[in-house]
Amino acid sequence: MEKSSRTTQVFLNILFVVLCILFLIPFIMLISASFTDEKEIIMNGYNLWPRKFSLEAYKYVLRDPTAVVNAYKTTIIFSVVSMVLATLLMSMVAYPLTKRDLKGRTGLSFYLYFVTLFSGGMVPSYILITQYLHLQDTIWVYILPGLISPWYVFMLRTFFQGLPDSITEAALIDGASEYRIFFTIILPLSKPVLATIALFTFLGRWNLWWESMLYINKRDDLVSLQYLLQKIMRQITFLRENSTVTLTEDMAATLPSESVRMATAMLVAGPALVVFPFFQKYFTRGLTVGSVKG
Amino acid sequence: MDTIKETSGAAVAVAPKKKRHIKKSHLQLYSLCVIPALLVLVFNYLPIYGLLISFKDYKYSKGIWGSDWVGLDNFKFFIQSNDFTRTTWNTLELNAIFIFFGIVAAVLVAVLLFEIQSRKAVKTYQTILITPHFMSWIIASYMVYAILSPEYGILNRIIEMFGGTAIQWYSIPEVWTWILLLCSLWKHVGMDMVVYYAALMGIDSSLFEAAKIDGANKIQIAWYITIPTLVPLITMLSILKVGGIFRSDFGLFYQVPRDIGALYPRTDTIDTYVYRVMREIGDFSMSTAIGFLQSLVGFCMVMLTNFIARKIDPSRALF
Repeated sequence: MEKSSRTTQVFLNILFVVLCILFLIPFIMLISASFTDEKEIIMNGYNLWPRKFSLEAYKYVLRDPTAVVNAYKTTIIFSVVSMVLATLLMSMVAYPLTKRDLKGRTGLSFYLYFVTLFSGGMVPSYILITQYLHLQDTIWVYILPGLISPWYVFMLRTFFQGLPDSITEAALIDGASEYRIFFTIILPLSKPVLATIALFTFLGRWNLWWESMLYINKRDDLVSLQYLLQKIMRQITFLRENSTVTLTEDMAATLPSESVRMATAMLVAGPALVVFPFFQKYFTRGLTVGSVKG
Repeated sequence: MDTIKETSGAAVAVAPKKKRHIKKSHLQLYSLCVIPALLVLVFNYLPIYGLLISFKDYKYSKGIWGSDWVGLDNFKFFIQSNDFTRTTWNTLELNAIFIFFGIVAAVLVAVLLFEIQSRKAVKTYQTILITPHFMSWIIASYMVYAILSPEYGILNRIIEMFGGTAIQWYSIPEVWTWILLLCSLWKHVGMDMVVYYAALMGIDSSLFEAAKIDGANKIQIAWYITIPTLVPLITMLSILKVGGIFRSDFGLFYQVPRDIGALYPRTDTIDTYVYRVMREIGDFSMSTAIGFLQSLVGFCMVMLTNFIARKIDPSRALF
């Protein structure tokens, strides 16, 4: 019995190690390619290990880092601002939803819930944002839409409901206002769920590119990190396809397109890759925090 | 009744005079909701009004209300076109494949992971499997390119090494069903698994001990205890996923195949099509009409699946 159990363990662990390696291969490819000499890639293609180590691609990108730096700045600003605003505003609407005697509570729930069932879709939002609110080419286009996500509101509400009523009731009797209760009692007691919501929001914003693609046309400095990557991918393809006449073979080879792509991707993905897994516990907690009924 | 609790001085003084019996504390609660409710009104409800343009020939200069009515022409045109069958079929078929394999993979990984005794190993595996979740589809598209690129991709070189001929991955639509499935699994299986793993952790351990004493082996335990525990959860989650079957993950279908026209027969879904009709053809009314249709059918699907879910287990239904 003991022995067979040990073989199962070994077998299972081997299985998972293989699975994990498979999951990591795409990352390894990216890292390796970014450190590989351009000519080596052109000649022999991508490899799991840089056969000819080179920092050229990074040097090339960082020679003029304005685009990357700007994208980082923009992305950090809108991610942090959205994270703070979203967490605060969603808590603000979730708290009243826990009050059973509040008139209109179910109406408000439904008001929020309905938007998860039916939406106007892409085009009406596009027209609203560009022609009525004029948010295009401003940083607000990343922040304001989608600040209130009904799922997170319900998650917060579920958590707030789990806090003992006696605390808030005692504070009310002592003459504290609901504002005071909310900010000094409810929020401090809810740190775990607030951290989860904040991280989910931050991750969501960090990976935004759609807003850039649709709404940032004139302000290159307001392009998000992810969209910058997409632009680079398409630009180099464009250069290639349109330069066959003017660029000689040799010149095309010195334009380090393949490794530069991967180096830029690394500069964008790298920090997230290192930082996010540290907060894994909060992300997984968000999934198991309980039902999020409307 | 409630007024006894109302000890706030001002509220007591005001309440008897006025007809309105809104407690001060409730007013404060309402005021907390104002900004969030306004944001939802502007960014979620106003676009619903914009759906009007699907019945019109929208011209920027005339505005939403001023544009000419065309009745159901936009809908008719789309439904009669080849694009309708192609995009709808792609969306449904690919989503069905993703849902099925996604759930099977997540359950399988969770059950196997649950068998592993070393806590440390479990943590490590979990962390690695979840990592792709933090990457955007754009980064993923770079990775896929490094693997599949016809000239430089590692896969073609491996094929050539074994004497095969290089395959032009980016011009064969059929293989993309499975490439996209692998991408989807890679990105989601780690997170999806967490829910099942948590459910397994919740099983009373005395059940396992009893089974062991009765002489059940690992496979019997998995089959008679572990899997049955998960069945309600699997049923619910799949029903709810089917509710969203008309929506597709835009990033996956737009970024990973790199918007290459040759792949549209397989990778073009309703969402990517709507985007192209708006951006490339510039037909706002038509793309709104398609989006509207998608929303309507999606709404019915959610209602239907939720109805079924409620029949099975009311506590798990969404509403």
